[in-house]
Amino acid sequence: MTVEQTNQVTLLPKGKAQAVEQISIKLEFGGGLHLLFNSQPKHQVSLPKRISEDESEAGDDKPVTVKYLIKWMKENLLSERVEMFGDGDGVRPGILVLINDTDWELEGELDYQIQQNDEVVFISTLHGG
Amino acid sequence: MEEKKIRKVTLCDICHQSKAVMKRPKNLQKLCKECFYHVFETEIHNTIVDAQLFKPGDKVAIGASGGKDSTVLASVLKTLNEKYNYGLTLVLLSIDEGIVGYRDDSLATVKRNQIQYEMPLEIISYKDLYNWSMDEIVSCAGIRSSCTYCGVLRRQALDRGAAKLEIDHVVTGHNADDMAETVLMNLLRGDIARLERSCSILTLSEGSPIKRSKPFKYTYQKEIVLYAHYKKLDYFSTECSYAPEAFRGTARELLKALESVRPSCIMDIIYSGEHLVVAHKKKRTTEKYKNKPKKNIETEVNSDGSVNLTKKTDGSRCEKCGYLSSNKICKACVLLAGLEMNRPKVNIENNTAVEGSAKVMKTLEQLSF
Repeated sequence: MTVEQTNQVTLLPKGKAQAVEQISIKLEFGGGLHLLFNSQPKHQVSLPKRISEDESEAGDDKPVTVKYLIKWMKENLLSERVEMFGDGDGVRPGILVLINDTDWELEGELDYQIQQNDEVVFISTLHGG
Repeated sequence: MEEKKIRKVTLCDICHQSKAVMKRPKNLQKLCKECFYHVFETEIHNTIVDAQLFKPGDKVAIGASGGKDSTVLASVLKTLNEKYNYGLTLVLLSIDEGIVGYRDDSLATVKRNQIQYEMPLEIISYKDLYNWSMDEIVSCAGIRSSCTYCGVLRRQALDRGAAKLEIDHVVTGHNADDMAETVLMNLLRGDIARLERSCSILTLSEGSPIKRSKPFKYTYQKEIVLYAHYKKLDYFSTECSYAPEAFRGTARELLKALESVRPSCIMDIIYSGEHLVVAHKKKRTTEKYKNKPKKNIETEVNSDGSVNLTKKTDGSRCEKCGYLSSNKICKACVLLAGLEMNRPKVNIENNTAVEGSAKVMKTLEQLSF
């Protein structure tokens, strides 16, 4: 499957004239986690390419990180109980995160800088076997 | 202009050639996919060989739920059986508890596994065996004790299924995380008797001719999930519709939190459990003072204060169902007799409340105003 190259340009709300460049990434949920995200296992989302220093909003200080992504997901994508997914800035222990099919522990976890067309997979290991 | 970035790639700790894709929680080794498969399978092979779980010609039933653990178990055992010539005949054995919206979906997965792994499949249902489905039991006895009923009934159902297939060995997908969780729970509950034997890889319970073993005893849940993900295995993951034991859930979260600080703690807990020897309590004895037929007959008093009236003899059978049991009436029959007394006497025609009551409850739970 090819991922459509999207370079959406969105205007910042009032005052700021310059456009915020967006990147498009793919999210996938496994191990029953999709139930927390409108029961959809796959999502295509757009994020600002650069964010502010404290990683709380779009900005011009640094490239967008996984930390920002998780915060964004909690605010915009999560449709069920937030405690089943998030824990502090990260995810609940027992949820595996793969970035382009690689364990996020090898990619810097929350500090990983997201690139256009990245694929991030979240898998819960908590369900019975 | 897209800025070109040089990405640091971590190489595999074993082959030093391919990109590492995962970090083992056991020893923090970074491995590529191929080396991970190799290490994962070899460790399970070594566990099987060290514990001498199988003999050539054995017929082994895999307790299959359609979940990640049993699906990976079926896949790995098939691979190892072929690779190392175990000479095993493998069969999938599933239990249908009768939980609409949960077990019916997971059984569909097992049926696909049957084809994918070319193994015969036997499904034993509570309804056929006991004339009660779990949905009916819960609607009668309430949701609180659902795990108690289900546990007792499943144990016997697995035994009966294996006996039906003329198999005396059932392997289950219990993994290292499950083992550690059980040790922790027994410790927290002060269940010393269970604590001592909770770590054995092969168990033979009293009154049952069926051996049970856990080849994944030392296998981390994370690696099982990664193996299933990378190999694109077809598994089902939904929590049982009925509330899991609250205490187990809390113990699991505690363990996961501990693991994130110190990943080796799972192996460490199993190690502790294995080497734990409980000091033998002196058996309290009571002298029989009434109707003394002989002198000095002593009765063993159990730790909970109860007394076994019937002598435990191997091969004794339940008076009700005829199944092997150490007591006069087996545990399953005792539970079922209690249920039978409360079964609704009149059934409303076309009553759909029982079937799928779990599903309805789930839907209700999610309603908000």
